[in-house]
Amino acid sequence: MPKNEKKISNKPKVAFFDFACCEGCQLQIANMGEDLLDLLGVIDVVEFREVMSEKWDKDYDVAMIEGSITDHHAEERIKKIRSRSKVLIAYGSCATLGGVNGMKNSFELDEIRKYVYGAGYTYFDSTPTKAVDQVVKVDYYVHGCPVYLPEVVEVLKCALRGIPYSVPDKPVCSECKLNENGCLYEKGVVCLGPWTKAGCNSWCPNNGNICYGCRGLVKNPAKNAAKNIIEKYRLDPVLMKNKFDMYNKAKEATNEPKK
Amino acid sequence: MSPKNKDLDIKVEYVTRVEGHGNIVVDVKSGNIEKCEFHVVESPRFFEGMLRDRSIFEAQHITSRICGICSCGHTLASIQGAEDALGFKPSEQTIKLRKVLLDYEFLDSHLLHIYLLAAPDALGAPSFVPLIKTHNAVVRRALRMKKTCNDVCDILVGRHVHPISSIVGGFTKLPRPKDLDAMIDLFEGIRKDMEETVALASKLKFPEFYRETEYLGLVSDDEEYPLLSGDIGSTDGRRFAKKDYREATNEFVDPRSSAKFTKLSRESYMVGALARFNLNSNKLHPKAKKAAKDLGFKAPDYNPYMNTVAQVVEVVHCYEHALDILRDLRKKGINYSEELVVGVNEKGHIPVKAGNGVAAVEVPRGILFHNYEIDEKGLIKNANCIIPTNQNINNIEYDMMKLLPEIIDEGKEDIRLKMEMLVRAYDPCISCSAHYLDVKFVE
Repeated sequence: MPKNEKKISNKPKVAFFDFACCEGCQLQIANMGEDLLDLLGVIDVVEFREVMSEKWDKDYDVAMIEGSITDHHAEERIKKIRSRSKVLIAYGSCATLGGVNGMKNSFELDEIRKYVYGAGYTYFDSTPTKAVDQVVKVDYYVHGCPVYLPEVVEVLKCALRGIPYSVPDKPVCSECKLNENGCLYEKGVVCLGPWTKAGCNSWCPNNGNICYGCRGLVKNPAKNAAKNIIEKYRLDPVLMKNKFDMYNKAKEATNEPKK
Repeated sequence: MSPKNKDLDIKVEYVTRVEGHGNIVVDVKSGNIEKCEFHVVESPRFFEGMLRDRSIFEAQHITSRICGICSCGHTLASIQGAEDALGFKPSEQTIKLRKVLLDYEFLDSHLLHIYLLAAPDALGAPSFVPLIKTHNAVVRRALRMKKTCNDVCDILVGRHVHPISSIVGGFTKLPRPKDLDAMIDLFEGIRKDMEETVALASKLKFPEFYRETEYLGLVSDDEEYPLLSGDIGSTDGRRFAKKDYREATNEFVDPRSSAKFTKLSRESYMVGALARFNLNSNKLHPKAKKAAKDLGFKAPDYNPYMNTVAQVVEVVHCYEHALDILRDLRKKGINYSEELVVGVNEKGHIPVKAGNGVAAVEVPRGILFHNYEIDEKGLIKNANCIIPTNQNINNIEYDMMKLLPEIIDEGKEDIRLKMEMLVRAYDPCISCSAHYLDVKFVE
């Protein structure tokens, strides 16, 4: 046996990968503090470029994917990772929805490339922003910008046990009410809570800000309640569309995730 | 083998333990350095382009997403640029709380770099993971301190990654007396860890390498170590108002590549902790001055590897500075009538006019510029950001070109490690720089 070969443990091999994103979601995981050591006790983190120099050349039990797919190289890379992974988890809005990167899709691709990079724009490959499931099959989703840590832990537990996790499909308002926040509409500002998936414990409204829709839209919004809000507060459709586009634009292209 | 006919070919793809994706390329043929470069290879994200036609009141939310590590720094720069464009003057209380937030950002980011990204090299490990076994107390301390920084941020602005309550105009939620007490207590709880961090820094060994360059950062005429506001200044005696940031940065395309670099009085300049230390060390908190003295660290220091030590000194400064402000706010009390609900300013709380605003804010990796041009409805027409890491890339390459001949007799692995450590010392944040990319294509 070569002297440097490490003993392979039976713990699940978990790898973290990032694509186009701010890397804030992996930072959320680093922010677990000393609890991180407990997590590391049950899994083997085999790749995590931001904090580790180690590399792994075998298959992964779980691949954690952060970021959107925004160029040809990324598309090839995510396909390779998928083929080596038993379970693939997309975490963070950039991965699950396209997130803020999707706002690029509101512009003519070459126009926005030229605006930012000038004449040399063709040096920088760029394709319309895609969520991970618009390229490969995703087994678990953790929405949010950034991800909400208790949900990350919950999803990891499900993934490691091989049981499904259902993303809450009720609006943020359901949590906001429980947290006894005053409704932001009453304060005269437009909040996307009524249309956005819960699961973040109404993080932004708890801190006095509006919901920006970072967890994606609920499948079946309470249509009458939503209609009431739109009529009561005379919401401008252009303003609303603009607000939804901040996180959800890339998902317009196709609603059918890859199988 | 004598250096004269040495061949060396080093390609480090995706330098690890830096924020974002970067490559080092070294190519030596018969002792001649053909290439010695640092490439940023992150996928571009087009933030400036995407901001167009969005409300200036959304700029903070969007630009904070340029980078998870620097999200509070981008938040504060974005707000300053927006308020400058709108002609809005924040209250004294708001400025104090923003200074606390910036201190938190420095602490969080510097501690991450010192412990998890830089220390493994100095302790001879490939990452912090093996250190869990060999240096368990050090790893626990690091995670504990990181968690504390995170917790105080949660209290002040809702969370550290993409802060919630810090917006144009002020804060949507102001800390209650119990919140101020909690933040003070949390900080006091890591006082001993702070002392041990300085003690650890005294044990870290860094390569002996010197290259004097121009150091650029905020300067001011008052006694406070300038982080949130000031003019743009350099150790070569230059000074500019922040609105003239383009004259200070002089972005140019290098004939070696398609990259955009920055320079001022010399071939390159450096920004970040070492630059700030070299410019403003006399304004540090007395306890930070003492830490520097204990570490035998004096301005000016021309060793870029010492950037990590400058970060340790700033950690002490920001810790004490934030505590001073928190105690002062606790004593004087907070005016809660300043709490804001803004959204996209639907209610017109903040008067809107067309304008052009510039922010110059020190963030952990150096001076950060945001510039917004808005129309009379408050919609963004043009946006520009110049990021610290972008400003440093040119300087990193000049460092590498001076370093390589000095260490060329060493083995390839040692050369590779020293090059990687040099890049890491700058604590580059490539997610940030990628929006304005400096990719160079070899071959």
